Amino acid sequence: MSGKNKREAVLELTGITKTYQVKQGMFSKPQPLKALGGVSLRLYKKDVLGLVGESGCGKSTLAKILLGLENPTTGEVLVDGRQIGPADRQLLARRIQPIFQDPYSSLNPRKSIEEIVSLPLVVHKIGDSVSRQKAVTKMLDLVGLPERSRRGYPGQLSGGQRQRVAIARALVINPEIVICDEPTSALDVSIQSQILNLLADLREELGLTYLFISHNLAVVEHLATRVAVMYLGRIVEEAPAGELFAGPRHPYTKALLESVLTPDPSLSVPDIHLGAQYPNPISPPTGCHFHPRCAAARDVCSTTPPPHLQSATSQVDCHLFRKGADGRSLVPA
Amino acid sequence: MSETILNVEGLTVDIPLGSGTLHAVRGIDFALKRGETLCIVGESGSGKSLTSLAVMGLLGKRIQVGAAKLEFEGRDLRSLTPRQMQALRGDRMAMIFQEPMTSLNPAYTIGDQLCEALQLHRRVSKAEAMAQAADLLGKVGITAAESRLQQYPHQLSGGLRQRVMIAMALMCEPDLIIADEPTTALDVTIQAQILRLLADLKREMNLALILVTHDLGVVARIADKVAVMYAGEIVESGTAKAIFDAPSHPYTRGLLDCIPVPGKTKPGEPLGSIPGIVPSLVGDVAGCAFRSRCALANDACSETIPKRTASGEHMYRCVHETLISEVA
Repeated sequence: MSGKNKREAVLELTGITKTYQVKQGMFSKPQPLKALGGVSLRLYKKDVLGLVGESGCGKSTLAKILLGLENPTTGEVLVDGRQIGPADRQLLARRIQPIFQDPYSSLNPRKSIEEIVSLPLVVHKIGDSVSRQKAVTKMLDLVGLPERSRRGYPGQLSGGQRQRVAIARALVINPEIVICDEPTSALDVSIQSQILNLLADLREELGLTYLFISHNLAVVEHLATRVAVMYLGRIVEEAPAGELFAGPRHPYTKALLESVLTPDPSLSVPDIHLGAQYPNPISPPTGCHFHPRCAAARDVCSTTPPPHLQSATSQVDCHLFRKGADGRSLVPA
Repeated sequence: MSETILNVEGLTVDIPLGSGTLHAVRGIDFALKRGETLCIVGESGSGKSLTSLAVMGLLGKRIQVGAAKLEFEGRDLRSLTPRQMQALRGDRMAMIFQEPMTSLNPAYTIGDQLCEALQLHRRVSKAEAMAQAADLLGKVGITAAESRLQQYPHQLSGGLRQRVMIAMALMCEPDLIIADEPTTALDVTIQAQILRLLADLKREMNLALILVTHDLGVVARIADKVAVMYAGEIVESGTAKAIFDAPSHPYTRGLLDCIPVPGKTKPGEPLGSIPGIVPSLVGDVAGCAFRSRCALANDACSETIPKRTASGEHMYRCVHETLISEVA
């Protein structure tokens, strides 16, 4: 990779794999389950990288590795070009903070809002009690919660307010990167838009970088600057958001986009040809993992893993494409 | 066919609490014909799920259900004994729930669970019931149906479980199916397949379908008629075309502005939002429940709210008359 790109990337993953040993029955031998099969990703400063894919594709495993909650089996996590090892969890946590899906289970019901929001400061031994109180005041104001709510408990708040508390907690130690794991899918429609607007404003104001994990492609299209599509532990396509939504390349990306239900009463439910069900990750299909569900599959797709193709702006792993003559574009093969 | 299957007028659901009575559903009307899909759309706490449970007679004894009219196939559901209601449920009217994992019994095979309703309501042998179950599993798109009957719920994926739930609802060939958020727990790719299946089955079997959801994308694609609920009331109802092309209630308009629509909302620009939260429905509620969040609210909004009719079946409850724009 060129040196120029490396300077801009605040976070880089190279060849991350994660293998779990799972037992299928009481007496069966544990079998390896490859949750991540070699993921390479770069997160550039102030980008919003949307990560999409079906449940079980490895999105959350990837998030856990980024947060230092799991160690990769192989591969490297680089922050500002520096490799992060298992011992650097504190350092990772200072710079990368999470916002989880369900604000009903991610906040301790027995702690006051002030205790919840200031906990990261306590853990990282930042400041004294006076400066921590000030920091909480500033955060509550930033996420649009009234000052008086600091004495309250999560049980007294609505879902949207709880998610604001979770955002305040994530931002209180000034992280650069925020991992948003389905941050709005547990919320009502009218509340979802408030939280999305807040996340967009905060990114602008604080210069944050987001990894935005979601299954709602309309939301991803709205917020993301780049999008990575995952299937069975691999990134099958990555591109700038505008490029990906205007011209998806991978057949799986196309199927995902077709399944978005826009509120248009003149259209009916789309018929997406993804007949076969999601494969078992313990024994993934040969060749391209997606070929049993792919309408455009060729003979080669069932025998040979797809090539990894890179253009100037995007990447795709698919037999249906090849590198153009200029070496910077991708053309149908 | 245009026979009215379900006719509901003035439905109320009151839940007694320590601090007063929670008026969860406050006098709603709707009617449904054979072959029609009605979508009840609303946010959490709007009373949409309680409405469907009230129609099915599945609410607890402590919860008071009242109605001026509650007719199903010409029979007054209010006058039925619990036993008579039980005979209807699972036979003439069936329900599909949101979480296929929690609504299937993990200790019984798929086959046993599919056959239960049929054997309860009809005089059939186990073998006949199993044959019907296998037939229906095929119909809902499950391959190798015979072997699936021997499997337990945990052996199936979420999408397959929801197909089993649909097959179960169809066992007695009901006239009405109520599906409460049937695709919310599923992946988007599976969601489209399940919705297509429901739409196809409805047409094929000439059923009436009530779909309860919060997802406006689902509503637009599958509904014939839409009822928008807010704080226990239907604030707007009409054909899907009328609701989406000419939304008239400020709440409906607000909801539609909240969702990002590819090709319509500009990426990165702020989305519309509805400030504030749903009011408490404990105690007496007067006037428009949306007025505390509405930009157009004035003094008249705390009085009785008129029911306005736009074109045909399009109805909305609002003091503002000029909001309505004609359906093109």
